[in-house]
Amino acid sequence: MTETQLGPTPSQTVGPFLHIGLTWPDGADVVPEGTPGAIRIGGVLYDGNGDPVPDGLVETWQADPEGRFDHPDGEASRGAPLVPGFRGFGRCATGADGRWEVRTVKPGAVAEQAPHIDVSVFARGLLDRVVTRIYFPDEEVANARDPLLAEVPAARVPALIARPTGLGELRFDIRLRGEGETVFFQI
Amino acid sequence: MTLSRPVGYRSAPDGTHPPLDHPDYRSTAPRAPSQPPIVLPHRLTEVTGPLLAGERIGERDHDLTTQHDGEALGQRIVVFGRVCDSDGRAVPDTLVEIWQANAAGRYAHPGDNWSAPLDPNFTGGGRVVTDSAGNYSFTTIKPGAYPWSNHHNAWRPSHIHFSLFGRAFTQRLVTQMYFPDDPLFAQDPIFNSVPDPKARQRLISTFDLAATRPGWALAYRFDIVLRGREQTPFEEPHD
Ligand SMILES: [Fe+2]
Repeated sequence: MTETQLGPTPSQTVGPFLHIGLTWPDGADVVPEGTPGAIRIGGVLYDGNGDPVPDGLVETWQADPEGRFDHPDGEASRGAPLVPGFRGFGRCATGADGRWEVRTVKPGAVAEQAPHIDVSVFARGLLDRVVTRIYFPDEEVANARDPLLAEVPAARVPALIARPTGLGELRFDIRLRGEGETVFFQI
Repeated sequence: MTLSRPVGYRSAPDGTHPPLDHPDYRSTAPRAPSQPPIVLPHRLTEVTGPLLAGERIGERDHDLTTQHDGEALGQRIVVFGRVCDSDGRAVPDTLVEIWQANAAGRYAHPGDNWSAPLDPNFTGGGRVVTDSAGNYSFTTIKPGAYPWSNHHNAWRPSHIHFSLFGRAFTQRLVTQMYFPDDPLFAQDPIFNSVPDPKARQRLISTFDLAATRPGWALAYRFDIVLRGREQTPFEEPHD
């Protein structure tokens, strides 16, 4: 029964014109405007020359503030949304200056893991998405115990932790290649 | 330390997905990470994902030929298929997004400077949700090939960009669908970036005479396979 596996469809690049198919007017709103406690997380997507990538797309997926996912496989984590209009998912194409940003709320801890946001990056020149995670700077204790961060060489961990840049504002630059390269994960 | 983890998703066999660093496609050089990725064991964040059913679909999103006042120019085609996982299980109620060039090979995008004509009646973006059996269908026009600057006399084979979410973050897939017997395959580094020739063939749709709409549109079938679940410990085969 389990021996006949179908071969998965291969990945291909989004190309430079992804905006025609992959942008939504409200794509960057993980939570609606005016949500109490909302934060803005964003940064610049850089290539290996240190140049901003103007034709990329960043997508985010995260738990709600209680660490729950509204999904059949979310196990006991399902429940009525604590934050009205919370979607868990955000997508933002990068601008001419490589900038992207989503409006969200900080996720709760998920089981033994520190609060985090899963991130996919797509761009012309990327034949497959690359995946990283955003961790939070005010979670030192939880970050120190996080099972995934424990697998990352200590010198590279800071690249996975967003930086506070103002009230309710976090910066998370993504460097595809070279100095300060973001840590990418194989999923 | 033992951690409770949900059943994860199986990796694709080697050679299925393109390497990020593929020198024949020049844009990979500054953008492919230089460090090997670190393995992320699947936990709740990875086995869940956005379930984007009907809320993202507009009235004309399934028919790219009738999104404007006039009809789009070009050869009308139906592009349809089934989305399933590698165990053959249907992936129902999942968002499928497409985008493509017009019949002349031009994208309705400010970044496309090629001199082929724009069609005021064709934007080239579509969205549908799979039905309970994983089936989807679009009506569109056959996109033209277009030149690009990757190498001397480089042309992209006709293709439609596809984006799928599946049911989990791990199943997310962006790909391109091609048309049978395209003479441009041999010189296209993006199509040929898929190492396994058999996997590469899975990017090519098949002409389906039975699905054509007589007197109206030709039809191409493009089935899409997303990653399936790993076996639960009880079903693990012994070797
Ligand atoms: Fe394209």
